[in-house]
Amino acid sequence: MMDEIKSHNSAKPKFGVVVFPGSNCDHDAYFAVKKIIGYDAEFLWHKEKDLKNSDVIILPGGFSYGDYLRTGAIARFSPIMEKVYNFAEKGGVVIGICNGFQILLEIGLLPGVMIQNESLKFVCKDVFLKVENKSTRFTNLIEKEILKTPVAHGDGNYFTDEETLRDLEKYNQIVFRYSSPEGIVNNDYNPNGSLKNIAGIINRKGNVLGMMPHPERACDPTLGKTDGVGIFKSIAESLLN
Amino acid sequence: MYKATVIVKRRPKILDPQGKAVEQGAKLLGFNNVKKTRIGKYIEFFVDTNDKNLAEKEVREYSEKLLSNPIMEDFEYQLEEVK
Repeated sequence: MMDEIKSHNSAKPKFGVVVFPGSNCDHDAYFAVKKIIGYDAEFLWHKEKDLKNSDVIILPGGFSYGDYLRTGAIARFSPIMEKVYNFAEKGGVVIGICNGFQILLEIGLLPGVMIQNESLKFVCKDVFLKVENKSTRFTNLIEKEILKTPVAHGDGNYFTDEETLRDLEKYNQIVFRYSSPEGIVNNDYNPNGSLKNIAGIINRKGNVLGMMPHPERACDPTLGKTDGVGIFKSIAESLLN
Repeated sequence: MYKATVIVKRRPKILDPQGKAVEQGAKLLGFNNVKKTRIGKYIEFFVDTNDKNLAEKEVREYSEKLLSNPIMEDFEYQLEEVK
């Protein structure tokens, strides 16, 4: 399947950052990938139907279409999403962050739904993430066991039926869980009521990841947090090999 | 022309944090008999056709594809002919 995706032999994989009306972490993602880590990056306007030879697609955070109806519900019908869907189906690498994760759920590239935080409050703070699966192409170069990353969302309460949850656990698809700084996973460290403290999941094939926390906001050393870098590095290296 | 009204309800098994919070307000007001508050969506629009079957088909598809998320919501609709 991977052969159908254009492979780059250059040392700089290209990250395509989709821009929806209401995206607000698109520039953060672009800046982190291009200016901080040094890969290639390009913005992709949601009305375009061209992924511009991107090796990876980032669906960034924000409030696409004002979060009207349901988060991600309208963005998933943007013209570019048909291309992103086909790209992912053929094995292309896609990472959805925050609103991007919500869009991946709505379009069905990842299972489950996102509902309002249990507290009904918008949660904006640093949280700790236990990396549950380091053998994915998104996480295999992460050195730490626990990552410190910001969350900023009102609808981050992941929910799915029991059967899907069983499968997610069985196939190691739960990649990140909210935890204490020491890695304890329980309700005290759950910022939004998410089922089983789920913060990020991957599809069965391993090429689509969705996560509510913002790794792109934890890349610039001058801002004091760099735990997000390992995710983008893992992705890039997996494309080069 | 038809006027459509669609009601989207969250499935009973899916949490409804908003309904829960509103019910706390009900308790504060002294409505102690109020139970199981659930919040859904009411949507109305017009379908510009005289063909009732076509109108029904569009309402159903619009509701299935966009207005509701079949993983967590059910919908019901009504169609009314208008001039």
